[in-house]
Amino acid sequence: MKYFDYAATTPPYPEVIQSMAEIMQKHFGNPSSLHQYGEEADRLVRHAKEVTAQILGVKPSEIIWTSGATESNNFALKGAAMRGGRTQGHIITTRIEHPSVYECCRQLEQIGFDVSYIDPASDGIVRVEDIQNALRPDTIIVSIMHVNNETGAIQPIQQLADWLKKVQSRTLIHVDGVQGFGKLPVNIAQWNIDLYSLSAHKLRGPKGTGLLYVKQGTELFPLLAGGGQENGYRSGTENVAGIVGMTKALRLASTEQSALSERLLVWSEQLKIAIQSIEGLVLTNPSVSARHIVHFSYPGMKSEVILHSLEQQGCIVSTQSACSSRKAEPSRVLLAMGVEREHAASGIRISLGDQHTKQDIEHLIIALHQTVTQLRPLERRTR
Amino acid sequence: MQNIDRLILRLGEMTLKGKNRSRFEKTISEHVRAVLRPYPKAHVRREYGRMYVETGGESVEALIQVLKNVFGIMDIIPVKQTLPQLDDIIAAAVELIGEQQIEQLTTFKVSVKRVWKEFPHSSQDMNHLVGSPVLRAYPLLKVDVRQPEIELRVEIRDGAAYIYSELIPAVGGFPRGSNGKAMLLLSGGIDSPVAGWQSMRRGLEVECIHFHSYPFTSERAKEKVVDLTRVLAGYAGVVKLHVVPFTEIQTAFTTTGQDNLMITLMRRAMLRIATKIAEQQKGLALITGESLGQVASQTLSSMNAIERATELPILRPLVMTGKDEIIQIAKEIGTYNLSILPYEDCCTLFIPKSPTTNPNLRIIEKVESFLELEPMIERAVEQTELMIIEAGSPLQLASATINEDWF
Repeated sequence: MKYFDYAATTPPYPEVIQSMAEIMQKHFGNPSSLHQYGEEADRLVRHAKEVTAQILGVKPSEIIWTSGATESNNFALKGAAMRGGRTQGHIITTRIEHPSVYECCRQLEQIGFDVSYIDPASDGIVRVEDIQNALRPDTIIVSIMHVNNETGAIQPIQQLADWLKKVQSRTLIHVDGVQGFGKLPVNIAQWNIDLYSLSAHKLRGPKGTGLLYVKQGTELFPLLAGGGQENGYRSGTENVAGIVGMTKALRLASTEQSALSERLLVWSEQLKIAIQSIEGLVLTNPSVSARHIVHFSYPGMKSEVILHSLEQQGCIVSTQSACSSRKAEPSRVLLAMGVEREHAASGIRISLGDQHTKQDIEHLIIALHQTVTQLRPLERRTR
Repeated sequence: MQNIDRLILRLGEMTLKGKNRSRFEKTISEHVRAVLRPYPKAHVRREYGRMYVETGGESVEALIQVLKNVFGIMDIIPVKQTLPQLDDIIAAAVELIGEQQIEQLTTFKVSVKRVWKEFPHSSQDMNHLVGSPVLRAYPLLKVDVRQPEIELRVEIRDGAAYIYSELIPAVGGFPRGSNGKAMLLLSGGIDSPVAGWQSMRRGLEVECIHFHSYPFTSERAKEKVVDLTRVLAGYAGVVKLHVVPFTEIQTAFTTTGQDNLMITLMRRAMLRIATKIAEQQKGLALITGESLGQVASQTLSSMNAIERATELPILRPLVMTGKDEIIQIAKEIGTYNLSILPYEDCCTLFIPKSPTTNPNLRIIEKVESFLELEPMIERAVEQTELMIIEAGSPLQLASATINEDWF
């Protein structure tokens, strides 16, 4: 089986597994304990923060460990919205966000916040002008993803931040960086953003670990109350092994980023050319998209059928984002881009990683050809 | 600042001291080279009263950030360099002003200094020749020769012209270690690291002494002091830290029943130990973070009684500085967040309910004579652990349990 669903999750680096196993054996202490075991565990957590801060080019005190990007995104949005115990105000996000942002905004609407959902243009990219038009004096936060998880569309973070920090610097900017880190250059300081979410398992780190960058001086309402860990931002005994494992994965991913990016360019172009040459398949990648995601649709064929057929050929791909793919509806992201329902219900995402080889890509291209040949008699022509 | 080719470092008050000038400049130049080690493409050159750093393509922002903290540098000037030809100078001037992103009416003037007298245009003419094209390029600029918001300076020398407008203030003071060595009594608190930094800025080489009372205080308290020393090392390159085992002496004092004299006794013992370490290390003074009246041991009569335990001069850089101001400096130099970590140190432990603010020297000396202090002090000095803390180095203590391969 060849795995082409790196945007859903990734196999951990063997080095990550080894470092976590050793830490779980040797350092099971609770970092909050005063005794030696606690001190050792605490030292690991603090050192991990120093290393991570250096990788991200931020201060160690600006990093909050979380259980993953879903928590990071929830914390960024709810924490910012409810700071100072508020229940009113305005939030701007986009209609192509991951469910952990999108559904979180829906919840905030129920409590009493106003949310503007900005549609992307047909290329999958949200226009800064559209966000500009939605800005209000009481806008608390603008939340946008760096790279869309279904189409790979790269969002104009720098442009958005430059504008927002000029016109209304009190409004926070949150960037969901999950699909961008390790694939594209990331420079939090230069972007001048306030909040940035990451998840380890998309970067060959362990599941159940993530982080939220919180710019110094940013007030957030803690979601988890308790022992006051993470400077009171996030209570709960630290996942020591997970945190160290994540740090290792972040380090490996950031060192390999530019080399990987070049390989991905070659492979994604190869795949795109192949897809365009297969009759019946439509390439749906936006023009400005991250190189690890190739997206196409097969109008007239349900995504799930294509997925299983490719699986038969030994290739694992995905329909929409993993978090949404158990739902029967067509992709919300594609619909927001103005893609027709029929196209949106037949989307397939191929996502690549650092372990792929030239042979894997060739294998996948053959499988695509065979799948279409196999399915062609079953196409449902609606027009 | 991508168009900056070099930085001029202007040296501060030490240039006044005629005979020492050359030695001071050499010290600063060594310090500059040390902080630039992570930036191999940058190149340093010394000239009378100033220094040049060719950026060589390194990030100008990053270079300024480290150079700002070099003692003895008064300010940093980011400079564009061109050939000493009129057209090149004008182009560079326009480009340099462009980086300032002028968005509202801004006053401006040009000052040209012609060091190379063969240059065909006079300084007066040059003011006009450079000023007009800049004004044409940026309509929001308005000339004001008295109090301009932007002063564009052009310096024409044989072989090169330097164009600059911005002066970035740096830390100033005297070059590292140029005024001799002193020992800093470093607790885990807010004041002593600030006192250490201020002493360093005045050209003292500082070695730190910390008193550690394991198991009354934890390893964390010690680690915190290592971290604080590391911050100081960030300014000096390397700082020695002497960790003195203080448990035996502290325990001995608690058995005297003189609770309210506890702090006075402890401070005197610390000064005695520090004096001995200073003798070994050839330090000529002790430095403390004391600030007059801040706590019971820092009243004038307490200081008087405590100070008699040593013959070395005690330097108290913060003696007349208020707490708010000290905190402000601690934040600026990066020690505050460490200092407020809540680990007990040997001074916060066993604090008596009512420490005396007016200790009686006669009683103190009597108590001390009962205790046979001298052998305990000798032992403490003997068992003192010396740690060499380098700038940017990972925690020395932590490396015992931290395996770098895990990260």
